[in-house]
Amino acid sequence: MSTEKTRLQRIFEWHEARLPLVGFIDHAVGTKYPAPKNLNYFWNFGFLAGFMLLTMIMTGVFLAMNYTANIHMAFDSVERIMRDVNFGWLIRYMHSNGASFFFIVVYIHIFRGLYYGSYKSPREVLWWIGVIILILMMATAFMGYVLPWGQMSFWGATVITNLFTAIPVVGKAITTLLWGGFSVDNPTLNRFFALHFLLPFVILGVVFLHIWALHIPGSNNPLGIEAAPGDKIPFHPYYTAKDAFGLGVFLLVYFSVVFWAPNMLGDPVNYVKANPLVTPASIVPEWYLLPFYAILRSIPDKLLGVIAMFGSLLLLFVLPWLDTSRIRSATFRPIYKILFWVLVVNMIVLGWCGAQHPEGLPLILSRIGTFWYFFHMIILLPVVGWIETPKPLPASISQPVMAAQPAE
Amino acid sequence: MANTAHAHAAEPAGETRRDFLLYTATGVAAVGGAMMVWPLIDSMNPAADTLSLSTTEVNVAGVAEGSRVVVMWRGTPVFVAHRTAAEIEAAEKVNISELRDPQKDEARVQKPEFLIVSGVCTHLGCVPLGSKATDPKGEFGGWFCPCHGSQYDTSGRIRLGPAPKNLEVPPYKFTGDTTVLIG
Repeated sequence: MSTEKTRLQRIFEWHEARLPLVGFIDHAVGTKYPAPKNLNYFWNFGFLAGFMLLTMIMTGVFLAMNYTANIHMAFDSVERIMRDVNFGWLIRYMHSNGASFFFIVVYIHIFRGLYYGSYKSPREVLWWIGVIILILMMATAFMGYVLPWGQMSFWGATVITNLFTAIPVVGKAITTLLWGGFSVDNPTLNRFFALHFLLPFVILGVVFLHIWALHIPGSNNPLGIEAAPGDKIPFHPYYTAKDAFGLGVFLLVYFSVVFWAPNMLGDPVNYVKANPLVTPASIVPEWYLLPFYAILRSIPDKLLGVIAMFGSLLLLFVLPWLDTSRIRSATFRPIYKILFWVLVVNMIVLGWCGAQHPEGLPLILSRIGTFWYFFHMIILLPVVGWIETPKPLPASISQPVMAAQPAE
Repeated sequence: MANTAHAHAAEPAGETRRDFLLYTATGVAAVGGAMMVWPLIDSMNPAADTLSLSTTEVNVAGVAEGSRVVVMWRGTPVFVAHRTAAEIEAAEKVNISELRDPQKDEARVQKPEFLIVSGVCTHLGCVPLGSKATDPKGEFGGWFCPCHGSQYDTSGRIRLGPAPKNLEVPPYKFTGDTTVLIG
């Protein structure tokens, strides 16, 4: 090969010396980012979450070109997108189901972190930023759901904004401020649209902080032990290829729903135009908010219910200190591993309860589930960290693999 | 290193299988990406409800001889002029070789008494004056664009000023003696 540089190479190097754009990406997710060589497929979901954020921004911008944020026109403008705009049905179904799939991958991403102890030192700030992203996502998704101005949009907005009336003394004033009036009305819809457009870009910025914070300690791994330099491989091409394969599988599932069951995860009542005089028989948020909705309704006191609901999210900020075990991966923590799966089941049960009328069995189950969530977080995690005897950790990522191989 | 040696032994010709997989996978991804980009771009094209408004029906019975009306077609004005005999004669006797955009008057009308042209100046899209009786009509008795001074004659042809083309003749047909369907 000739050592002479081509003209293109010289132009590229001239530019890189002044603004190292390619170098920046190469350090972030390229050949210059060493990642542990034992990452499993659960490590795909961070990339998938980033992919969904970009998908939501792309489809959302094109939807906004055809959407009208006015209570008299919003519902019809969405129907026009579905019927008249070229590929409008595709773009809207990608966006509405995209919200669900965004939450699916983010929840798997979070539970991955819980199982493998990715929130523990030295990754606490990385975890905090993740919790901030989750809360921003919930706010964005909630406001996006209001925009079609169907019955569930209107009454969901009414119920959620009324949560703030639980705050003593200033609650009513805060709610009036949120509404820009004395009920959910045109000013509310207008500002929700503005914020729904803004927040994804805020999330994008926070995602950059998330990736930055990831690069200081580097990725955790299924064994939860520090990866020696010899146990790392460059992110590109190894994990870009693995992520690309995972993306292909993910897209098959995502687009199967978009094409063949686009309304499976939505509520049919939202295809009825908002009517401020008639409340639907049951008000149910989208599935990804149901566990928290169940916590809210399990407590027969307005203020305490709201505190419990927001508290269940805010507790995640102190999770790195509630869990007193220094062992990261649940693989080596026999008791925590059981508790983890109980928590997964608990959240699914809470989610089911959130979709039912709060009476009888669902109410009892949601009270047990709410108790268990806080019991798990505040009591079990510190205590188990003290009493549990972990299994012996391998000396390195390579060690157990090499030990298992017969000598040549 | 046993694995590496095995892989090389199986493929003595180099990494052709791997190359094939790389190129086909990249190709499929590129086609898939393009298939996703097209719906996004196409969504910016006119929607079905916009296209369905692409015709306008005009009853010209109410347009008196010598007067002009402006109708809306696809969001832009269209001039409908009921020309007098003098106006028709003025339009027809012009030596078309002197014109910037040479076109005979009969090529621009279906019935000589009714001139139907787009009301959008071919310079930069303003609406020329001349449709109201009190408007300035320019030196050639047609239309006068107030933005940059383009002047059109009684056939809507450009005669003076910066506009490069004659006022466009929209597709239209007479569906009755006095009804016109534009678009």
